[in-house]
Amino acid sequence: MASNSRISREEVARIAALARISLGEQELNHLAGQIDGILDAVAVVQEAAGAAVPAMSHPLEITNVTRPDVILPSLTPDQALSGAPASEDSRFRVPQILGEEA
Amino acid sequence: MSDLIKKSAAELGSLISQGQVSSREVTQAHLDQIAATDPTINAFLFIDNEGALAQADLADRTKGEGKSPLHGVPLALKDVLTQKGVPTTCGSKILEGWRPPYDSTVVTRLKDSGVIILGKTNMDEFAMGSSTENSAFGPTRNPWDTERIPGGSGGGSAAALAAFQAPLAIGTDTGGSIRQPAAVTGTVGVKPTYGGVSRYGLVAFSSSLDQAGPCARTVLDTALLHQVIAGYDPKDATSINAAVPDVVAAAQRSDVKGMKIGVVKELSGDGYEKGVADRFAESLAILESQGAEIIEVSCPNFKYALGAYYLIAPSEASSNLARFDAMRYGLRVGDDGSRSAEEVMSLTRAAGFGAEVKRRIILGTYALSAGYYEAFYGSAQKVRTLITRDFAAAYQKVDVLVSPTTPTVAFKIGAKSDDPVSMYLSDVATIPVNLAGVASMSLPAGLSEGLPVGFQIIAPAMKDDRLYQVGGALERELHRQWNGPLTHQIPELQVR
Amino acid sequence: MALSYEEVVAKYEPSLGLEVHVELNTETKMFCGCATTFGAAPNTQTCPVCLGMPGALPFVNEKAIESTIRIGLALNCAITPISRFARKNYFYPDMPKNFQISQYDEPICTNGYLDVDVETDEGLQTFRIEIERVHMEEDTGKSLHVGGATGRIHGAEYSLLDYNRAGIPLVEIVTKVVSGTGKYAPEVAKAYVKELRDILRALGVSDVKMEQGSLRCDANVSLAPIGSGKLGTRSETKNVNSLRSVERAVRGEMIRHAGLLEKGERVIQETRHFQEDSGTTRSGRSKEQAEDYRYFPEPDLTPVAPDAGWIEKLRSQLPEKPSMRRARLQTLWQVPDKEMAAMVNAGAVDLVEETVALGADPTKARGWWLGEISRLANEAEVELININISPKDVARIVELITAGELTDKLARQVVAAVIAGEGDPDTVISTKGIKVVSDESALIAAIERAIAEQPETADKVRNGHLPAAGALIGAVMKETKGQADAARVRELLLGLLGQA
Repeated sequence: MASNSRISREEVARIAALARISLGEQELNHLAGQIDGILDAVAVVQEAAGAAVPAMSHPLEITNVTRPDVILPSLTPDQALSGAPASEDSRFRVPQILGEEA
Repeated sequence: MSDLIKKSAAELGSLISQGQVSSREVTQAHLDQIAATDPTINAFLFIDNEGALAQADLADRTKGEGKSPLHGVPLALKDVLTQKGVPTTCGSKILEGWRPPYDSTVVTRLKDSGVIILGKTNMDEFAMGSSTENSAFGPTRNPWDTERIPGGSGGGSAAALAAFQAPLAIGTDTGGSIRQPAAVTGTVGVKPTYGGVSRYGLVAFSSSLDQAGPCARTVLDTALLHQVIAGYDPKDATSINAAVPDVVAAAQRSDVKGMKIGVVKELSGDGYEKGVADRFAESLAILESQGAEIIEVSCPNFKYALGAYYLIAPSEASSNLARFDAMRYGLRVGDDGSRSAEEVMSLTRAAGFGAEVKRRIILGTYALSAGYYEAFYGSAQKVRTLITRDFAAAYQKVDVLVSPTTPTVAFKIGAKSDDPVSMYLSDVATIPVNLAGVASMSLPAGLSEGLPVGFQIIAPAMKDDRLYQVGGALERELHRQWNGPLTHQIPELQVR
Repeated sequence: MALSYEEVVAKYEPSLGLEVHVELNTETKMFCGCATTFGAAPNTQTCPVCLGMPGALPFVNEKAIESTIRIGLALNCAITPISRFARKNYFYPDMPKNFQISQYDEPICTNGYLDVDVETDEGLQTFRIEIERVHMEEDTGKSLHVGGATGRIHGAEYSLLDYNRAGIPLVEIVTKVVSGTGKYAPEVAKAYVKELRDILRALGVSDVKMEQGSLRCDANVSLAPIGSGKLGTRSETKNVNSLRSVERAVRGEMIRHAGLLEKGERVIQETRHFQEDSGTTRSGRSKEQAEDYRYFPEPDLTPVAPDAGWIEKLRSQLPEKPSMRRARLQTLWQVPDKEMAAMVNAGAVDLVEETVALGADPTKARGWWLGEISRLANEAEVELININISPKDVARIVELITAGELTDKLARQVVAAVIAGEGDPDTVISTKGIKVVSDESALIAAIERAIAEQPETADKVRNGHLPAAGALIGAVMKETKGQADAARVRELLLGLLGQA
């Protein structure tokens, strides 16, 4: 990749790990080039707005939408587990977890 | 029987309620059309023969006074909305076979109005794309020319309408995914004001941009469907808690006398094909002749819209799609007892997501990551504010804004698949709308070299009725010139 | 060789940071209408929202917001005019969306404080703990690790997930760095958590049971040489499940850090887990690579902008601050500072107050709670609040003593039996046949028999050697199976022997 590229192959690999997507070598190379191109195209936003412009995270300027603390029907365990790749004793069964609980 | 499929939804609803035809007959006619044409078109991912006929029978038993004008009328549903017990894939292998245990609010409202859901339509995977080529289940073909794309991400719904497989469809629009397919298939599609239609059960791509919307072959049909699905939902905190504007009355009245219509300077010029520009100019002339005043306006920050969109949407998507991790539903790959949960997650996501989705997840994860947030996501959110201000300033001078929906007509399947940036340019005219959350419609403006061209109308937030007012007026004259909807000119389908 | 605690504090200065998570006692979860009752069968309190199903959307619980604001007000915080929810993105199977909806740079409450009193060599000292922020977030599901040793995550073959607790409302309370505690850091930490717990209980927003996990404390500790003016590297300790553990964990970490620093080694910034049995910590995840959570504002929820008038109304309706209440009770009961501090430290104030409210004399109530019952609680390593005897029981026992139906000694038997689960005081008394022998003629008869059986001892008493009376009293107590009032027996005995 060009030496003036915005994002290195290693960086893409790191991001892919962060996003829990395992990429093969070829895929990684191809993707890195494409992402670089996209970043070039989108970098224009940096020239658009100075610090004074507030960020908008929402088209609607509404606040305080809340619901009352009232119980609503839950799913049955069968419904909750209906799509589970594996289950046991009404629980979702998952492979061994390596990381620590947060 | 075959002319049932050429009728509008309004007509069908009226015939059903008067008892002149049954919902079952209408539904069966459409199922037959799907069976005949879908091997070629590939608009549907799941055809619910049994379910649809059961719904139709129920509609026949319950028709009568006080029912919706669309009671008993069939519809095609984009496969990004949950329907209980029916496969919902979002065009992705990672959800292949998943049957949701709950209905989206849109589906609940359709069922409550007696609308018959025929099945789930094809789409770009997780709504990411402009051609439906990113579907894991093969592309959908444009009924006007089966070598060409039907648009995306909602190509299946638009193609279903153009192929007369259904008179109504539901799509979703994040950056143009209802409007651009409508434009390239010669149909009508509306993206309501953000918050106008509930997102509960709409599998999220970009939460602050996504909106479900009505699609049909005429403006009135679209209005009738809009009225059924729109309105406040206590399950969606971002839905608008106010009355739905009277879109049906606006479509019926459709008088533009005295209206001020703004042409957005920035949504024209290089990149817009001559045929597209010509049809646009002709449509403006029609509106002027009907009494509207055409004014040029400038929205200078629109040039940043594409960049902002391709930062915000992937960022939100990278978070929204994190839930697809093989633990609770969907695909699970590599669980042979020797691997950890983390490995199974990574292998599953690698196998289950297509290239475009992976690309956007990586891009989005990067844009949000420490050290890059301000430069990318943060800056993009500021651009949204600027674009919203551009719209607000324009609406001080005009009632609606207009532009061609897309710069080109439908391109050939495969033409842009290895060039993501070029693909993104299809949405240059539609994207600013989603960033500001305003309402927009695309309706057919005519043909260019035999392929449909779309006319885009943009109304201020919560003023969706203006779309129908202007669209209805334009359509009235065009239908007079064409002697019916544009789709009646569609060439005979070359069945494969 | 490990340093002693005294050696550690002679050379080093500790700094603390305490993060407390509180489970709110709302009827429903933070972002959906599922019930929150504890102990339900697995996955019976879930829905598309808290399972993170495709298409589901969160919707915030208004009661949770109210409770969080009340907590902030009770901690003297400023309430942020507009605060937002944010997504904290990371992958973990107990977190259905693989992001947690929390708050990031716009928490709902900021900049508060809590004053705590700690007994020092110089007497009672007040430490002001500054509160950085109070914010709302959601809890995770629970995993059962199968196939490994003792159900621990390491070496497990697979895990089973129950999402009933996913989405339970949590409030996180984070202190600013706490300095200047010197050797009292462990006590200050414990006092802070205790005071916080009392406030939360008084507010009625949580049942704050540390052992059940509705109040969780993470303790951050760092050491720096005294006078260096710098902050050392900190470690974070989790799994601190009781007030006592808070104190032990802080002390243990201070000793561990000092041990490393003395050897010229580096303290690693990491998460550690407190071990109840040894009082030490075990290394967990390394925090050196800070996780990149990619926070951004939650687009599915609207900002929270509480009305100023509503906030003032909540402020005016706050319950009496525990510290104010304690001051009031101290004056009412006329109790000196040191004794009040002892009561606070033992967690006895509420219990005493309730006992008095049921009619017991304050001095007697205090005497029982701080005396015999505290002794038994310490033996069993249980907190007073958790011991199996209630203010109602104690008030009844005091009543019975005052009426002469129990002696102190018999009352202690009753207390032990109640705690052992044999029933309430009246049940225990009737079951065991505990009764003061008050019939004086019976007592005199027993005394005369004792005198007859120990004539030499009786003579000694007659001759003025009073201590000898003990053997005679003992014999009477034995005969009456301990149910005589020993003091009265002595009185009568001495009278009979001419020593009244």
